[in-house]
Amino acid sequence: MLTSLNSHELHDQTRPRPDLDQTQTRPRPRIMSGGTKHTTTEPWGGFDDNPVQGSGSAVIDMENMDDTSGSSFEDMGEMHQRMKEEEEVSAEAEATEEETGDDGEFLGMKGIKGQLGRQVADEVWQAGKRQASKAFNLYANIDILRPYFDVEPVQVRSRLIESMIPVRTINFPQKVAGELYGPMMLVFTLVAILLHGMKTSETIIREGTLMGTAIGTCFGYWLGVSSFVYFLAYLVNSQITMLQTLSLLGYGLFGHCVVLFITYNIHFHFLFYGLWLLVGGLSTLRMVAVLLSRTVGQTPRLVICGSLAALHMLFLLYLHFAYHKLVEGILDTLEGVNAPPIQRVARDVPDLAAAAANATVRTLGALLQSR
Amino acid sequence: MAEADGSSRPFAGLSDVSISEDIPVEGDISMPPAGPSAQDDGFSTLDEPVRDTVLRDLRAVGNKFVHVLYPKQSKALLRDWDLWGPLLLCVTLALLLQGGSADSKEDGGPQFAEVFVVIWFGSVIITLNSKLLGGTISFFQSLCVLGYCIMPLTVAMVVCRVVLLGGSGPASFAVRLVVVCASFGWSTFASTAFLADSQPPNRKALVVYPVFLFYFVIGWMILTFSPSQ
Repeated sequence: MLTSLNSHELHDQTRPRPDLDQTQTRPRPRIMSGGTKHTTTEPWGGFDDNPVQGSGSAVIDMENMDDTSGSSFEDMGEMHQRMKEEEEVSAEAEATEEETGDDGEFLGMKGIKGQLGRQVADEVWQAGKRQASKAFNLYANIDILRPYFDVEPVQVRSRLIESMIPVRTINFPQKVAGELYGPMMLVFTLVAILLHGMKTSETIIREGTLMGTAIGTCFGYWLGVSSFVYFLAYLVNSQITMLQTLSLLGYGLFGHCVVLFITYNIHFHFLFYGLWLLVGGLSTLRMVAVLLSRTVGQTPRLVICGSLAALHMLFLLYLHFAYHKLVEGILDTLEGVNAPPIQRVARDVPDLAAAAANATVRTLGALLQSR
Repeated sequence: MAEADGSSRPFAGLSDVSISEDIPVEGDISMPPAGPSAQDDGFSTLDEPVRDTVLRDLRAVGNKFVHVLYPKQSKALLRDWDLWGPLLLCVTLALLLQGGSADSKEDGGPQFAEVFVVIWFGSVIITLNSKLLGGTISFFQSLCVLGYCIMPLTVAMVVCRVVLLGGSGPASFAVRLVVVCASFGWSTFASTAFLADSQPPNRKALVVYPVFLFYFVIGWMILTFSPSQ
């Protein structure tokens, strides 16, 4: 009971009660204190979207939660906006106060109705604008990602080179850079290289587009395998966060980019196999070493490192063979050999094993022929 | 109360004058002083013929094209940005790239939607990237600059189609390669002349690389375009 009385008192100090206004024709002077959340000029209360009880729409409820999602940017933006609005509103209140102070009685009933209508419309507009900007600031706030893009070009370059150098010590957890700029640029570069490979191999995509397939493959690998590794890390109790797996795997794609860039242009199988083992192996070893340093126990280490290594190496193999350009010279030399010719068919599902087997048979055939 | 009021309010005797209903009382007391002048501007562009409006917008777009062709350090593209030019260029490029392999069995050429999506989503991603790296340029200004700088590549596309009319041998490929490379370099240089100023000086390379990649992909699509026989 006492608390409800106190809240009524609070109301009376800052806002006259609505039932008085039907007899009064003059708005009472308002005291805008900084501590309250009332931002209206209306004697009848206006569209106040933050009543004392705290009930309201979902967007506003989220703000009133105690554990706001962690980012202080939203709170700062909100406070700043409110302070700005309070300034504007108090300036307006003073302006209207001076001019309508004595005219309220002078104009009679018609003057009040016109003014009231205009002020209602104004309030509706202000309330709507406030709601929209609050929702926008809450959901479309890219400042959440800003700390992950805070890098210098020198750092990116050194991290690219480091991604090919496996670390020697696995006794203490290795540092993993938590940035997203390098991985994103590498994924887009891989998309561009893949596009080039698909074009030169004259791949025909039935349902879908070339660009869509390339983007889907690369982003799908990066995001999907990162999530999978994070899930495994959660299972085997490995000390690595999602951001770090995204970053680690993203930088591991640097090796893929280099290998594919070379082998989509120079089609020589031994070159590809050598580069696959060397470059792919180095980047895999680097990622495996980082994971080893952050995991305890033999079986957990085997599980997580084994799956990451397998996925990484197999992805490179897939990218090479699925979009592989057949060199005309090798086909010509195989005319005498009893091997089925590779037919160019519309590709619905890439047959990895058959493609790899065909390629190996062809190279063996070429070797035999040359001897 | 009247006595107390009379001493403080000199016109107290007028307070009980009433207004009759048939004299309209109008006026906006709470209107900000800038109101009438803003209304005048609105009326002046509303009343003019449509041809004037269209011509004025076209002239603004053409002026920006000239700025892209000679990329000096001018702020015209940034100051009054618009998205008409990028839309025009994007649609033109997508239509020109559409003509290849219209056969339903072979889907080798890029579709209209593909080119459109690549250009707009690529621009959005580059803009977000430059904002996240601490750029001072606004979202639509950046979209405007990137869209206008596609113009050299569109010109290259037109030239390539003309060259392809004469055949598609290695000579025409060499010519097309040179033209596309030159226009790709021009596009990248023009857009960095506008965009890189808004970045902190040591991070220019981080912003230039995605732009380079973006125009490279578009240039690649132009270079590998082959019309259906």
